[in-house]
Amino acid sequence: MNVADLIALLLQHSPALIVAVPLLGAFITPLISRLNDKVRNVFVILTLGLTASLVFLLASDVFTGNIHTYIFGSQDLALPVVRILFEVDAMSAFMAIISVILSLVAVIYSWSFMKENTGLDKYYTLILLMTAGMLGMELTGDLFNFFVFLEITSISSAALVAFWTNKAKSVEAGFKYIVISTIGALFILFSIALFYGQYNALNMAMIASAIQYTFLDKIALVLLIAALAMKAGVVPMHMWLPDAYGKAPSSVTLILVGATQASLYGVFRVCFTIYGGAINLTPISVGWILVILGIITMLLGVAMAIIQTDFKRLIAFGAVAEIGYILLGIGTGLVVMLNPEMTATGLAAMKGGIFHIMNDALDVGLLFLVAGAIYYATKETSLNKLGGLARNMKYTTVFFIIGLLAISGMPPMNGFASKLLIYESTYQLNPILSIIAILSSIMLLAVFVKVFHAAFLGPALPKFENVKEVPKSMLIAMGTIATIIIIFGLFPELIINNIVEPAANALVNYGDYIREVIPSFAGGV
Amino acid sequence: MFTLESLLETFQTGSGFWNPIIWVVAILVAFLIAVILRGFGNKEYKKNTGQTQAFLSGNPEYEKEQMHIKSSNIYWGFTESLKWVFDSLKKMHTGNVSDYALWFVIVMAILFVVLIVGENLVGAI
Repeated sequence: MNVADLIALLLQHSPALIVAVPLLGAFITPLISRLNDKVRNVFVILTLGLTASLVFLLASDVFTGNIHTYIFGSQDLALPVVRILFEVDAMSAFMAIISVILSLVAVIYSWSFMKENTGLDKYYTLILLMTAGMLGMELTGDLFNFFVFLEITSISSAALVAFWTNKAKSVEAGFKYIVISTIGALFILFSIALFYGQYNALNMAMIASAIQYTFLDKIALVLLIAALAMKAGVVPMHMWLPDAYGKAPSSVTLILVGATQASLYGVFRVCFTIYGGAINLTPISVGWILVILGIITMLLGVAMAIIQTDFKRLIAFGAVAEIGYILLGIGTGLVVMLNPEMTATGLAAMKGGIFHIMNDALDVGLLFLVAGAIYYATKETSLNKLGGLARNMKYTTVFFIIGLLAISGMPPMNGFASKLLIYESTYQLNPILSIIAILSSIMLLAVFVKVFHAAFLGPALPKFENVKEVPKSMLIAMGTIATIIIIFGLFPELIINNIVEPAANALVNYGDYIREVIPSFAGGV
Repeated sequence: MFTLESLLETFQTGSGFWNPIIWVVAILVAFLIAVILRGFGNKEYKKNTGQTQAFLSGNPEYEKEQMHIKSSNIYWGFTESLKWVFDSLKKMHTGNVSDYALWFVIVMAILFVVLIVGENLVGAI
């Protein structure tokens, strides 16, 4: 077998391998941990490195317009046997790239950040399980399988949020997370039962092709949007998010950002693919619901951020505001999807919203890593007690400035390009939406300028006299994300044309997703 | 896929355009001008002398901790004038997981009314 054959074989089985590799790695990690801590750390990094390579291999093919399906069970779709089908289009691949980058960076960061902790075999096992869960949610084409992976992600996330069991607040945050996740998952399961009862199917494409938009379908839509939006931290169901993000170790928070976005992906998959054919025939647009939720999320997130004095909690509210931008962009796309006069506006909004998913993960992720670095160096998260750290932590300060500019949408960082698309397209829909979005960005800048002044500027405080820069693995992790932010900021056209646009097209052209499983399906844009 | 032309391409947003490379070049030119202007400045600065001491109109310097403006004091005027907004927002965030679940039920009820009851009403009209 030559290299080309091997790559073709890997590509063919990559949808399964992307989930199987971290899952298998998770079960092997406790065994390897018995050998040596360093060997275990290297093993986990290599496992996620291999997973990332597979994701990039699959994405390189999917972004050219191909859709990959992978069937576990009977290959003959006509046979009424139990099977699970993975279906990977450009949107799935786009989300998988985000998840795998965040997980890989998190384990590199953890090398030094978590070094002093005990129980790291469990920590790394849970990280790999959580990664497998997120990737499964993004790659599966089966709704019940989506629920199973959501549960895997939720349980491992809750355990990781409560990882610092010696801190009561962390355990409390973990408890809140699992309660909220379970309630959300329960309603998702209920909506799946409604589909199964009506259409005798669990496959997303099958349901999408058969959906009649009956009364039960409407109930299922309400349940799915509400439950997934709660898991995504949409206001006013966001309150678990600052608790969990604020109390989890920073490396875990980074992956939690990916888990939150996987739920947001679920909202978009439901609205565009499953209800794609029916949703725009309704008198009240679901797109407008997303737009309104987006605006509320943006405003409340930024308003709460401005009064926070805890570093991580403040960033968490900033992350809530960023989710609002994503909802606003994609909601606008959904509103104007079927209006022939506004096709370009709709696509621009979709591109802005989808590009912002990636940017949000990178910007918020970098800021959380900086917060973790400061905690590592000073053992302090209260902004009222920090100050003058730019003198001792020069690299961390630079990374914070990059994160600050990026999350506020300042040129030439990545956040500017995606927010520009969102501002322009929402202006076409309604100028007030655009004005609110710009105002929120200005407030976000004010919020993070406050953090910059409080933590990094001011006189050198005697209590931080001996504070040193964080270890190299943490700097490498922060530097990796900062580099990606700069590259995405300097070359937005390249990223949008090659990665974002295929993902936006995959969501809009839901008919292609359905036809991959049901070739006879005639609908779709 | 990644040619030099594609890297330097101007980003077309539909209604406008954005070229970060030109922006970066402009910033670099501005920075260069700032450095040149700085070069015309006073060169008599001496490190580790009395010149580097803080001068507060002849008053003694406070402790470093007291000199630093804390996070809570930044934007004090803004938060104080909108206290009623922030107080109600804080009140909303009880930290009680039962309330979190309650908000979920409220949102679900609103979506139900808008998407199902509202649709039927609009359809009837």
